Amino acid sequence: MEQVAAAPPPVDLRVTIGSLTLQNPVCTASGTFGYGREFAALVNLERLGAIIVKGISLVPRPGNPPPRIIETACGMLNAIGLENVGVERFITKKLPFLRDLATPVIVNILGDSVEDYARLAGRLSGVEGIAALEVNISCPNVKKGGVAFGTVPEMAAAVTGAVRRETGLPVIVKLSPNVTDITAIARAAADAGADALSLINTLLGMAIDVRTRKPRLANVVGGLSGPAIKPVALRMVWQVARAVSIPVIGIGGITTGEDALEFLIAGATAVQVGTANFFQPTATEEIIDGLAAFLRNQGLSSIRQVIGSLQLE
Amino acid sequence: MAEFQEKSTIVRREQLTGDVFRLTVHCPRIAAAAQPGQFVMVRAGETLDPLLRRPFSIHKVTGDGKLAVLFKVIGKGTRLLAAAMPGERLDVIGPLGSGFAPDPGGPHCLIGGGMGIAPLYFLAQHLLISGHGAANPPVLLGAQTQAELLLLAQEFSELGYPVLTATDDGSLGHPGLVTDLLDALLAEVRQVYVCGPLPMMRTVAGKCGQAGVACQVSLEAHMACGLGACLGCTFPASSGGFHHVCKEGPVFRAEEVLWSR
Repeated sequence: MEQVAAAPPPVDLRVTIGSLTLQNPVCTASGTFGYGREFAALVNLERLGAIIVKGISLVPRPGNPPPRIIETACGMLNAIGLENVGVERFITKKLPFLRDLATPVIVNILGDSVEDYARLAGRLSGVEGIAALEVNISCPNVKKGGVAFGTVPEMAAAVTGAVRRETGLPVIVKLSPNVTDITAIARAAADAGADALSLINTLLGMAIDVRTRKPRLANVVGGLSGPAIKPVALRMVWQVARAVSIPVIGIGGITTGEDALEFLIAGATAVQVGTANFFQPTATEEIIDGLAAFLRNQGLSSIRQVIGSLQLE
Repeated sequence: MAEFQEKSTIVRREQLTGDVFRLTVHCPRIAAAAQPGQFVMVRAGETLDPLLRRPFSIHKVTGDGKLAVLFKVIGKGTRLLAAAMPGERLDVIGPLGSGFAPDPGGPHCLIGGGMGIAPLYFLAQHLLISGHGAANPPVLLGAQTQAELLLLAQEFSELGYPVLTATDDGSLGHPGLVTDLLDALLAEVRQVYVCGPLPMMRTVAGKCGQAGVACQVSLEAHMACGLGACLGCTFPASSGGFHHVCKEGPVFRAEEVLWSR
């Protein structure tokens, strides 16, 4: 007689970031998933927790000269230079496709001054189809001598506060790991009104061609991403999750369901998949399947039972 | 334009020289959709090092769902691929990018240098099928030594194309640059298609520009995704700013590219 497989027991993967509920905690990291459409033929976009689009500035940016990327051991360096179409073209050309999806769209914003961030937040708040803003504070502050907003707590607070005042959307502040104490920046952003924090952005790195003795990136230095940075990211997520009371979104080398689970156990409410999208476009879907399978195997009903469940002595 | 991800099966592995290999894989959906000048992204292994897929132009397509890639071993990824054996699986995404725009009129001249010969064979196949292969001037093929060229030159001949060769060491054909061979042909050519090392393509673009002959170039760049997402694979554009090689290319009209670098 034919065996009919029993339907797997339902598991609840929903998580909440501020006022935003995601069907599962698996999002795409800004800069690794274009504007969504690039992956439409290979990935079921409707399954994702959220799509976080390539960082948007007030005016289009051409980006850095090539070479912009180079592979390293279990990772890659990039110095794209924040190339993007600018906020107006994003709204007219890129957002309509995304708006037709059921998946929440989170827009990553970047600027050279506090006013840039405020204007971007104001402009995007009135636009239909945007679920939240992610504030990229890793870019240099042109007005204040190029120091990244993400490296000084007062500046992180100033940007967060300016965005907060301009929008009713959930505000996620994306933190740079290139700091001495990431919890100080995290607290500053949380105190200034962030609804959530996402971390980590890329680690500054470098590679040299020994034959030519030239840097492999035209920009000399670039951001390291991929599985190589996962242990660093996990440590920082754990530290920040203990330091603040708002949700933390873990990012850094997440490639498998098990990777995502590590971040959730360390205290992340959601995760972003970045570099893995490049070499395995279906990584997000495989991670979602992996989370569901883990819950079933563990006899758990909700992913929320996993979040922050790290067992210490 | 649709891309596919297929767990293809390697059906044939050929070693053309000490470090040049050709893999033929069965990936029917990609092969059916492929156009000359497009490329595929291939996962070289199943571990995280090397991390990124490797881009390869589509070298040959057969009616039974197979396509071939041609490559020289230059690093970790190509070393792994060179060791892959028939029967093994290969994770392939494609067809990607914007390929050659076959000019309905001829005559056409195809110029390939080194591994840049790869996409020209698929183009030559396509031009034949569409009735534009006959009565073309010779295909120009260049490489370092004759070992790299012998089989490829023979295969273009078998398609019905005359072939002229050039080698750096003079072991086959013209001793020197393949671009030298173009001068005598330019007067009778309407469209040039070129793929090879950057200096070679720059020279061909320059010669075509002076002669008023249309020229399409197939560029190469470091790329992470091949899908237009990473924005890593830029090449300076003549109009200012950058082209994205994976999406707007890899094939461009020569005048769209900023050559003076």
